Amino acid sequence: MPKALYTLLLLLLLPLATHASEGEFFLTSKPADQARLLQDWAAQPDAARLALLSELKQGRIAADDTRKVRLNNRLRGLIDNALASHQMLSDDTRVRLSAAQQLQKSAQPAQVAFLDRRFAIEADAAVRAALGLALANLQLAASEPSVRLAAVRLLGETGDPQARTRLQALLEPGAETDAAVRTAAQTSLAQVEHKLLIGELLGQAFSGLSLGSILLLAALGLAITFGLLGVINMAHGEMLMLGAYSTYMVQVMMQRLAPDAIEFYPLIALPVAFAISAGVGMLLERTVIRHLYGRPLETLLATWGISLILIQAIRLLFGAQNVEVSNPGWLSGGLQVLPNLVLPYNRMVIIGFALAVVLLTWLLLNRTRLGLNVRAVTQNRNMAACCGVSTGRVDMLAFGLGSGIAGLGGVALSQVGNVGPDLGQSYIIDSFLVVVLGGVGQLAGTLWAAFGLGIANKLLEPQIGAVLGKILILALIILFIQKRPQGLFALKGRVID
Amino acid sequence: MNQPLLVTATQKAGPRLTLAIGATIILALLALPLLSLLPADHNLQVSAYTLTLVGKILCYAIVALALDLVWGYAGLLSLGHGLFFALGGYAMGMYLMRQASGDSLPAFMTFLSWTELPWYWAGTQHFAWALCLVVLAPGLLALVFGWFAFRSRIKGVYFSIMTQALTFAGMLLFFRNETGFGGNNGFTSFRTILGFDIASQGTRAVLFLLTVALLLVSLYLGWCLARSKFGRVLTALRDAENRLMFCGYDPRGFKLLVWVLSAVLCGLAGALYVPQVGIINPSEMSPTNSIEAAVWVALGGRGTLIGPLLGAGLVNGMKSWFTVAFPEFWLFFLGALFIVVTLYLPKGVIGVLKKRNQA
Repeated sequence: MPKALYTLLLLLLLPLATHASEGEFFLTSKPADQARLLQDWAAQPDAARLALLSELKQGRIAADDTRKVRLNNRLRGLIDNALASHQMLSDDTRVRLSAAQQLQKSAQPAQVAFLDRRFAIEADAAVRAALGLALANLQLAASEPSVRLAAVRLLGETGDPQARTRLQALLEPGAETDAAVRTAAQTSLAQVEHKLLIGELLGQAFSGLSLGSILLLAALGLAITFGLLGVINMAHGEMLMLGAYSTYMVQVMMQRLAPDAIEFYPLIALPVAFAISAGVGMLLERTVIRHLYGRPLETLLATWGISLILIQAIRLLFGAQNVEVSNPGWLSGGLQVLPNLVLPYNRMVIIGFALAVVLLTWLLLNRTRLGLNVRAVTQNRNMAACCGVSTGRVDMLAFGLGSGIAGLGGVALSQVGNVGPDLGQSYIIDSFLVVVLGGVGQLAGTLWAAFGLGIANKLLEPQIGAVLGKILILALIILFIQKRPQGLFALKGRVID
Repeated sequence: MNQPLLVTATQKAGPRLTLAIGATIILALLALPLLSLLPADHNLQVSAYTLTLVGKILCYAIVALALDLVWGYAGLLSLGHGLFFALGGYAMGMYLMRQASGDSLPAFMTFLSWTELPWYWAGTQHFAWALCLVVLAPGLLALVFGWFAFRSRIKGVYFSIMTQALTFAGMLLFFRNETGFGGNNGFTSFRTILGFDIASQGTRAVLFLLTVALLLVSLYLGWCLARSKFGRVLTALRDAENRLMFCGYDPRGFKLLVWVLSAVLCGLAGALYVPQVGIINPSEMSPTNSIEAAVWVALGGRGTLIGPLLGAGLVNGMKSWFTVAFPEFWLFFLGALFIVVTLYLPKGVIGVLKKRNQA
């Protein structure tokens, strides 16, 4: 490795001023020369130039230099590439890994020699693999068929969308002359496509789970109140909205009062949203819904009226525009599982959160006195009243619980979507369908129906489009109800009016 | 709700007074288009705006009546009647678009650089076929949906939710440009109908008179229906479906008939609405519109024939005034109306009038 030694020597000998003048030189060159310069730098990285390249990425040649460097997109790409090339010299494995991944996209043929050297001395397995791919991308253009063959085979082992484009380009008529390489490329392409397909399907299934968990949070409370009171609460979507706006208010308050703990505002928002939504829900039950028992259709209309009032009130208070709710650091970003599959942290947390809420609700309904009463009233209101259950109180608390769960759902929604006055409206019809499909008063039914609808929605979306998918699902639900009019999990009984 | 159902104002307020009021209203409605034909500087001239507004409200009144037939009489609260209304409107709109564009494609299709009409546009240049579509499109959809829904005995809130989902799905479908109905913008800038200028006062007056005629026909139809044995079965169905079944009736046919009839009436109302208002777009199918129709019926009085007309007139009249005077508070008012009507006016305005007469 004489060249690496030279580099080291140069690094020791040359004063930093040389690099400052390199920056000056870059600044005064013509764009075409700048491009050539960047390509040279990328092929012959020098650790001392790292600072200059980082500054160039910001559009200047030094941190204290106010002159702007004019950059076009091509130069920006070349700077990224040169920077990645220099970062390969870093001691930090993570930096090297991300640099190698950048090089997979942008490496130029002139860098083959450098990449080859780094590949030989790289110790970390992950970086080595990433670097190998970057190298393989370049070696596709090599002159010896054996090198090309090895590169093609290596690319076949990845599931990278870029490997697919590269291999497809190679298989274009006239691009590859060697028959063996051609066959290998075809097998590799099939392999890559297979892996990509798996990644895509997993991605769709994951977004289906994510949608399902949101539907679950939206529909859970609805199912409880519907099972208990036989009324559909059209204002349920607005409880979601109240939860989301509570999150927004908590965020604003914490920015003002406790900026240090802002990272954890969603956790503070959970009890606040639950309390606000549950409070509003109980108030509604006391003032309006209580007087409409036994008249479900009228309740539907009255709760619709309530939802109109709530939406307009929020519009007047917060404005008709969406408010900004930002993800805290620990909820942003995602986990890269496959090259074309990133699982965002916020969605993963919400899936877990939804399941936790279901578990808590189940415990509440099955292991507490209140739950016992709720189940008794759901099964037979009159009999429960005769046994001394205060049905009015149970109704109020259950309504508060249902609304509170929706409030929790609102906190979750605020982390993945827009928060605006119409937030609830966009989820309400889907959550009704969950309740219709899942059956009444059954947590298991709601759970299966929510995830089933979510996954079906997301699987159908890429095939026939979101709208046709929704219509198809509606048609399927109507057909399904032919078989099971009471939903997936019906309470068995012989009561008839 | 268990009282005899034919509680119209007629029986309560004494036939003579009611007849007089009814006749006055009908005469006024007939006079309105004639007055609009007067020269613009005449004192009694009715502006085109007023005529359109009243015409629009009359179309809504027909929808309210149609909804009342299924809700007030058969106990099926539909939250999807806007879909049938809009389908009728779109069928008429297709004809009007073809009239406006002549031999070439409608303008929105040229923007999408389509070269030929989709198959379902075939024949829409003929007025007769457009009229058939006005009846067939909502009628067939209602038939298919109703057949499946009533077969599995979906009723109550389940039925309401399914109809709401249906109209929501329809709205999403019509919002798509690829569906071939102008997407977001829908149909607008009509020019002629049957060769007459659509904006001329004469055409407007004729359309208005047609709306009044349709309203009277639907009223008569509803009246016959409510008095017949069929109407009695419907109310029995609403009040105790299971007992009716034990008596040997099959409720499906009854429900299906009244449901399809109601949908067709809505379609006709939509077909008259579009040339008068001059625009149809998918927002007519939004669940909000359909559920608003329910409050017209509830405010006026369910299970009566006059009630829904009264309710549609009152709510829409207030809406036109509110949205000009206090646009921010209209939704508060509408929401409060929903709550007040369901809590305190279970029989609607008609019920209040009736009570006062009895006292």
